[in-house]
Amino acid sequence: MRHRATTAIAMTAKKQRLVGAHDIPSPRRGFRWRPRSVIPHLVLLPICFVWIYPFLWMVSAGLKTEREIYSGLSLIPETLRWENFQRAWVVARIGEYFVNTVIITVGSIAIVLFSVALMGYVLGRFQFPGKKLVIAIFAATIFLPEGYTIIPIVELLQRLHLTNSLAGVTLAQSGGAHVVMVLLFAGYFAQLPKDLEEAAVVDGASFFRVFWEVMLPLAKPVVATTVILQFMSSWNAFLQPLVLTLSRPDLRTLAVGMYAFRGEYSTDWSGMAAASAISLAPVIITFLFLQRYFIEGIAGSVKQ
Amino acid sequence: MSIGTADRAQSLVRAGSPPSGKSLWQRMWSVRWCYLFMLPSLILTVAFTLYPTVMSWYFSLLDWSGFGSDRDWAGFANYREVVRDDLFWNAYVRSFLFTLAGAPIKIGLALVVALVLNDASLRFRSFYRTLFFLPVVTSSAIIGIVMTFIFSPLDGPVNMVLLQLGFIDIPVDFLGDPDTALWTVVAVYIWKWFGVTMIYWLAALQVVPRELYEAARIDGANRWNMHRSITLPLIVPFALVIVLITVVSALNIFGLVQTMTGGGPFFATEVMELYIYRNAFGAGEVPRLGYASAAAVFFGITVFAVSLLQGWGLKKANTARAQMKTQ
Repeated sequence: MRHRATTAIAMTAKKQRLVGAHDIPSPRRGFRWRPRSVIPHLVLLPICFVWIYPFLWMVSAGLKTEREIYSGLSLIPETLRWENFQRAWVVARIGEYFVNTVIITVGSIAIVLFSVALMGYVLGRFQFPGKKLVIAIFAATIFLPEGYTIIPIVELLQRLHLTNSLAGVTLAQSGGAHVVMVLLFAGYFAQLPKDLEEAAVVDGASFFRVFWEVMLPLAKPVVATTVILQFMSSWNAFLQPLVLTLSRPDLRTLAVGMYAFRGEYSTDWSGMAAASAISLAPVIITFLFLQRYFIEGIAGSVKQ
Repeated sequence: MSIGTADRAQSLVRAGSPPSGKSLWQRMWSVRWCYLFMLPSLILTVAFTLYPTVMSWYFSLLDWSGFGSDRDWAGFANYREVVRDDLFWNAYVRSFLFTLAGAPIKIGLALVVALVLNDASLRFRSFYRTLFFLPVVTSSAIIGIVMTFIFSPLDGPVNMVLLQLGFIDIPVDFLGDPDTALWTVVAVYIWKWFGVTMIYWLAALQVVPRELYEAARIDGANRWNMHRSITLPLIVPFALVIVLITVVSALNIFGLVQTMTGGGPFFATEVMELYIYRNAFGAGEVPRLGYASAAAVFFGITVFAVSLLQGWGLKKANTARAQMKTQ
């Protein structure tokens, strides 16, 4: 991984500089608070505070009373009003929407991962008639503007009798070419040694078993990146779930549910802040723990 | 997604074993598993990307008021109506205005932050990177709702701060005033997607060898000169890719704008996606699916042309660079 390599280089560079300067290593990993090294932090810290202020405000407002929200800028509530979260979960039906969102997200991750990994495997390791055509189709989709095709997608799902169902939303969320993910898989599989499959085939494994039991487990980093990219896109999707659940409020996702909730209870700031915090928490927590994969997935799309 | 994609695709074509002298059918039969394996991905691509594109051309020629109702052939009547609609042209221009205002600021600011965070001697770099990236992972629709509170004229935190600091005497209705609404949305858009562009830049900056900076520092170059003569020339090819991706992504902002303003006040923030949505699904209006499709196709062609133009410019730049290398 390039990321790790650069960190290693950076660390060696730092060590060399310290040795060269004849510094006496201080107990804190050779770091000392020189005025020059503090200045960037004096600029960056306030900017970052403003940057994440909306999230801090959201959590804080979710724990305050209405009156407190309107009366001052302090982020610390007088007492923690957890009942706001309880109210959001029950009255705003956030609990129900949460379950819907989980179903759609998990379903689309499974569909996308399965189809994209297979496609990447075939493109990365095999030669077959028609390969150029397949690649041309994928290349063409790059230039097709997305987000302006919602009407035909609804029409297609209607013909398949999948509108107003979680299955329809899941399928719509899984649809598309996913060019970046396919290329990540294809590139990864292409650089694995050739004899991997040959050994397995000699052992009598079928084509699919070679893929499933030998190749896919080897591609864990790409699997992780794909899962995270799709998680982000499905969990946060808005237009498709909005349109596909217009006549079925019970099938709303968190984003759509929040939008509807705002329309009905626009004065309940603390309830809405609490509901927003519940909706955003899973993706933020996942990001904080697995950010390497998030960032590699994003960076991967520009490096190719 | 970028130009390199084409090169990657080329190298993929060459991967695997070379074709033997057997007939086409025999060769296809011997790798029948490949076709089966590609099926799921191809179905998802065709059904949700290619088919919708082609069908929206067809739908744009229909008079069609709602998914359950009849479709009548309308020819180019929808297009004639689209080009005569002032609201369409306003939304059309606004979409490009949004991009022209948002994308350059986002790209420029993200480069500055990336250069600062790329400095290996800066402590807590990954901590700052995490914070700058955080809004990216969150849901646009929910951010849009939270932002209506943050910018609210009724004791929203932004107005409270501005009042306390004495910058304003009466609260500003950022999202309710047609003069400020669009710019407020642009600012939130920049904030929301800033992290993606920053990560692109950080990835691009990996190509600059650190020894070059060291050498320049020994030669006594200051930070600005160093970046102007070392960093910028090396990251130019990435810059073009980043501009392309950013411009296209600035046209996918439905969730944010719909939840922040719903296109209002008085259509002041109605960008193209919202215009299409309002005509096709808007509450209290007769759905006009053919008409909305015509607007979508019209706008889609413009976007397609813009990205082709950019792709062409990119290719030009790459060839020029290759020539410079060989000379």
